[in-house]
Amino acid sequence: MMPKITIPEEEFTYPGSTGCPGCGANLVMRYLLKGLGDRTMVSIPACCWAVMPGYWPSNCLKVPLLYTAFEATGAAISGLRAALDIKGVEGVTVVGFAGDGGTVDIGLQALSGAAERRTDAIYVMYDNEAYMNTGIQRSGSTPWGAWTTTTPIGTNHGFKHEPKKDIMAIMQAHRIPYAATVSIAHPEDFIKKAERARATKGFRFIHALSPCPPGWRMNPRSTIEVARLAVDTHMFPLYEIENGRVRITKKGKGLPVSEYLKLQGRFAHLTEQEVAAIQMAVDESWKMLLAKESSGT
Amino acid sequence: MRSVMTGNYASAYGAKLARAEVIAAYPITPQTAIVEKLAEFVQTGELRAKFIPVESEHSAMAACIAAETAGARTYTATSSHGLTLMHEVLMWASGARLPIVMTNVSRAMAPPWSVWADHMDSIAQRDTGWLQFFCQSNQEVLDTIIIAYKVCESRGVMLPAMVIEDAFILSHTSEPVDVPDQELVDSFLPAYSPELKIEVGKPMGFGSLVKPDQYMEFRYKAALAMNEAHDRILRVEKEFSNIFGRDHGGLLELYKCSDADFVLVAAGSVAATAKDVVDAFRAKGSKVGLARLRAFRPFPHDEIRALASKVEGIAVLDRSYTFGAGGAMFTEVEASAYSGQKKPVMKNYIAGLGGRDITPKILGLILEDIQVAARRGAANDIEWVDVAGLPRRWR
Repeated sequence: MMPKITIPEEEFTYPGSTGCPGCGANLVMRYLLKGLGDRTMVSIPACCWAVMPGYWPSNCLKVPLLYTAFEATGAAISGLRAALDIKGVEGVTVVGFAGDGGTVDIGLQALSGAAERRTDAIYVMYDNEAYMNTGIQRSGSTPWGAWTTTTPIGTNHGFKHEPKKDIMAIMQAHRIPYAATVSIAHPEDFIKKAERARATKGFRFIHALSPCPPGWRMNPRSTIEVARLAVDTHMFPLYEIENGRVRITKKGKGLPVSEYLKLQGRFAHLTEQEVAAIQMAVDESWKMLLAKESSGT
Repeated sequence: MRSVMTGNYASAYGAKLARAEVIAAYPITPQTAIVEKLAEFVQTGELRAKFIPVESEHSAMAACIAAETAGARTYTATSSHGLTLMHEVLMWASGARLPIVMTNVSRAMAPPWSVWADHMDSIAQRDTGWLQFFCQSNQEVLDTIIIAYKVCESRGVMLPAMVIEDAFILSHTSEPVDVPDQELVDSFLPAYSPELKIEVGKPMGFGSLVKPDQYMEFRYKAALAMNEAHDRILRVEKEFSNIFGRDHGGLLELYKCSDADFVLVAAGSVAATAKDVVDAFRAKGSKVGLARLRAFRPFPHDEIRALASKVEGIAVLDRSYTFGAGGAMFTEVEASAYSGQKKPVMKNYIAGLGGRDITPKILGLILEDIQVAARRGAANDIEWVDVAGLPRRWR
């Protein structure tokens, strides 16, 4: 019997990506393009995906790519759209595809500018929660408690002591028509959101959690399990914001965060008290998200 | 149409006549009037273009790069801190072989803050792979933008160009400018149609990663293209001259140099003043001339060497200073001049930084000083002109 396939079968990625075994970002691109189709052009700044399509003249994607400088994704997609508009080219989805450092840190200004200008484009942040392409340095998107090479465990400071930047709230504050979080453990939900983003005009934002086996110090075979646990523990809730209205698309099982943390070496140093502190913060965020959903904002 | 306009409006009209299709720009003193005027042209429909009001100069250039990659003719304008903020993406534009044209209103770098004329910003970009044109008049600003598009968009070149006008001296000073008819400009400058552009259905990567065994060939091709730009500038300007009845002297404009014993080398608006000073010296029987560096990239190496073979002394005026080395125009002119058999006496004069006036009197003193240096047979390499605490002879 043929297995039931619940997502589009057509692939827009060839084999040959140079991603690591178990790379979450590979699947983020794969599911994204399944939702967007091949009338898409993608701008990629410095990040893992600047390397993953392969050396020139190879490209493992079935869409054209414009590589851009680290901080420039928001500007690049603005330029692409302006050129397509003045040339009268219609029906093209313009995508910026950047990592978390390229989005919440060095690229935040260009992102904010593109969103404020109502640029007709989709900006996708694949979030592996550190500068992984350069070798696991902390970013503004690294969660509280995580080890990275620039937040080493020691007697003095130890792990990262600052909470993760809330990029979805930042994007919501720009009053964009559509923003969503997506997970590679929930491809149907992911692709539905990509399709919804494609059908919306104006600036759209997609935040994808992208487990990184080398950076998260975990077994490459655990990528999907960790991605699913992120949703089930409410560490990374799945929701969308359409014209300001918040809607949670997967409630998750409400498992303890320790289930998610214990699979990752980057959290192995945490004490019970520190895990309890993360649990409290996650519970608080989840409550706030539920309140936002019920109040409609 | 003959009109009276500032250098900034001349820039805006140049971009309009060239039919720039995407303009991404960020305001900075003293460039603002360029983007204001272009925003107005787009708003009123006089120019069919997309205007992207970006949030920084870095984004202005990054947006131009993307739009140009998608096949649109693009334009931007900036100055000083804006230009230096762009530095990274200036290299991107040339590496990607995109014939973007921009105006830089050349202004000093802080600190201390200064909004006035100075070439440090432009000189600091000399290694970015952009053609650089230093303009002497508002007419030249307008014409050079149109000429630059034609030079840069030719298949053998495909590099970006920077058209430089001095802060306030040109940007805010009105002069008579002939604004050519659109039909005439259209006949000179055809629509931009690149060999390759990003488009759906063609899954190419623009700016992909290359290995060490591939990288140098890309750079070598860009180097050949910059060499090609030298002859292309001369050919395109000749064509321009045939249609519009004027030219601006190619890469190195020679003013009364054919029989000169001593020449002043300078760039930008000060050259116009220097021509008057040369005339005054000539009237007294002193055989001096002016060689105006119009193009700094590509550098007019052969022209400088030919000039050096005929003169006794060369004074090079720099409106910027490269710490630890000297004025960049001096070091480059010296390298070209001394590659020939004859070694004229050369001296570097640093003047006019941060908008300080370079008066006819100062230019006259420089032309006298180089003659004294030649008589002594030795040059004092670098002299800071009209600086408090230094010898009073400049004041």
